[in-house]
Amino acid sequence: MSEKFLSLKNIEKRFPILGKEDYVAVTDVNLEIKQNEIISIIGHSGCGKSTLLNMISGLDAQTSGDILLENRHVKGPGPERAVVFQNHSLLPWLSVYQNIEMAVKKVMPELSSAELRERVEKFVSMVNLEHAKDKLPGEISGGMKQRVGIARALSIKPKVLLMDEPFGALDSLTRANLQEHLMRIQQNVKNTVIIITHDIDEAVLLSDRVIMMTNGPHATIGEILEVNLPRPRNRVELQSNPEYIRCREAILSFLYEKFAKDDE
Amino acid sequence: MKYEMIKKIVLPFLVFLLILQVWSSIAMSVHNFPTPSDTYVAAFGGVNANGEAMTGVLTDPFYVNNKDDKGIFWQIVESLKRVFAGFVLAILIGVPLGLFVGMSKNAQYALNPFIQIFKPVSPLAWLPLLLFIFQDINLTAISTIFITSIWPIIINTALGVKSVSEDYMNVAKVLRFSPMEKIVQIILPVSVPYIFTGMRLSLGIAWLVIVAAEMLTGGIGIGFWIWDEYNNLNYHNIIIGIIVVGLIGFMLDIIMGKIADYFDYTKKGRAK
Repeated sequence: MSEKFLSLKNIEKRFPILGKEDYVAVTDVNLEIKQNEIISIIGHSGCGKSTLLNMISGLDAQTSGDILLENRHVKGPGPERAVVFQNHSLLPWLSVYQNIEMAVKKVMPELSSAELRERVEKFVSMVNLEHAKDKLPGEISGGMKQRVGIARALSIKPKVLLMDEPFGALDSLTRANLQEHLMRIQQNVKNTVIIITHDIDEAVLLSDRVIMMTNGPHATIGEILEVNLPRPRNRVELQSNPEYIRCREAILSFLYEKFAKDDE
Repeated sequence: MKYEMIKKIVLPFLVFLLILQVWSSIAMSVHNFPTPSDTYVAAFGGVNANGEAMTGVLTDPFYVNNKDDKGIFWQIVESLKRVFAGFVLAILIGVPLGLFVGMSKNAQYALNPFIQIFKPVSPLAWLPLLLFIFQDINLTAISTIFITSIWPIIINTALGVKSVSEDYMNVAKVLRFSPMEKIVQIILPVSVPYIFTGMRLSLGIAWLVIVAAEMLTGGIGIGFWIWDEYNNLNYHNIIIGIIVVGLIGFMLDIIMGKIADYFDYTKKGRAK
């Protein structure tokens, strides 16, 4: 297992403003992410956490600094850094099956039609959507759509799975259900995952490390918290676990005492 | 529900009676203006008010006396052929052009002023120029339809391309779609409903244009036929022509609407 799997070095993102000084959204971000590690990036809205994720995915370019994946410079988006978008971004004219198929077909053109079908079916059942595989996205619930989004992202065998507030738009029960799905999948197939979130419980429950961002402008990494909880994790039992409580309190204190943010 | 159905049938019927009433009063005040009953006889055959036995225009639509004297069915067929030729040409050129304008800011800047200028030009203004170029009735009619019906296709296709959400394009970027894959797999499916809206507008225009174009070019076609009947003093046939043109235009619109629905993914999801 390579220690230096994904490295962010001196990342800075500036947005030019006409006639004024640049707006520095994110600056001086240095981070090493290990293979098969799950990390969460948490912070108040406007802290540049989505900007950071977009730079890792390549959908947005950093103004300066380097992003290295397995010692290679990341340039532009690519399937080895699959993204689960907050609003799922399924193509509404394709069925659940076809949405996944489209991705697999493009990324693995060498597959025979039988292998292709097998692979798509595998990821459909990974998120328990066999019964809905021929439905259009408009016909299934938000939670199911996001499961398809996760299946689609994992089906192309990414090196890193990038999740941009993946469960942010869902109600809390559906969110919990999806977190369970994600943990179960992760138990079977190890992935390197970066999750952007503003939910403290979600961050602690899912991650090996929680990256806490200071407020923007000039947002950067404030603290990094190691979550030393064994897996599989059970959300009910965790509630009384001292380590869980310690982690929660550390994040709470960071977000609401050290870097509290008034609603403007 | 049933009550609604009755209203849907009775109310248009009342309006129909009102139209007949207005028509009759016009017929009484304008000398030689055909009455509704004269027109009915002219359309479906019988004996008119002057005691003349007539074959109906609509009951004998298939007759062919000679090259210049054919039944209304053949007139309509000729018109439809021209409309479709111009319309298909407008689609073949309009859709790619619309995609281009929608996808490229530069293309939009370059072409938009000309689209806006040419769009409101009446077909009748193009006609003499095109007749001068082609010196041929058919080509002139077809190219007039083409040049007046292409604009809604370009504009709506470009609008469709612009409506493609950034999220879908991000998916395409992550999957490293080529420009062609982006067009086929993302842009076209999103734009199809818009393209069909453009085509529907365009077909409506084409059908409007054909009557005017044929009046000026002559020869054969429903437009020419109406003008010819005017010259022959068969005023009742003008009214028949108007109704026939209206009905066919209505039918074309319904057919286009059905085809559009078939290709519209947003309607498919709801239908299931």
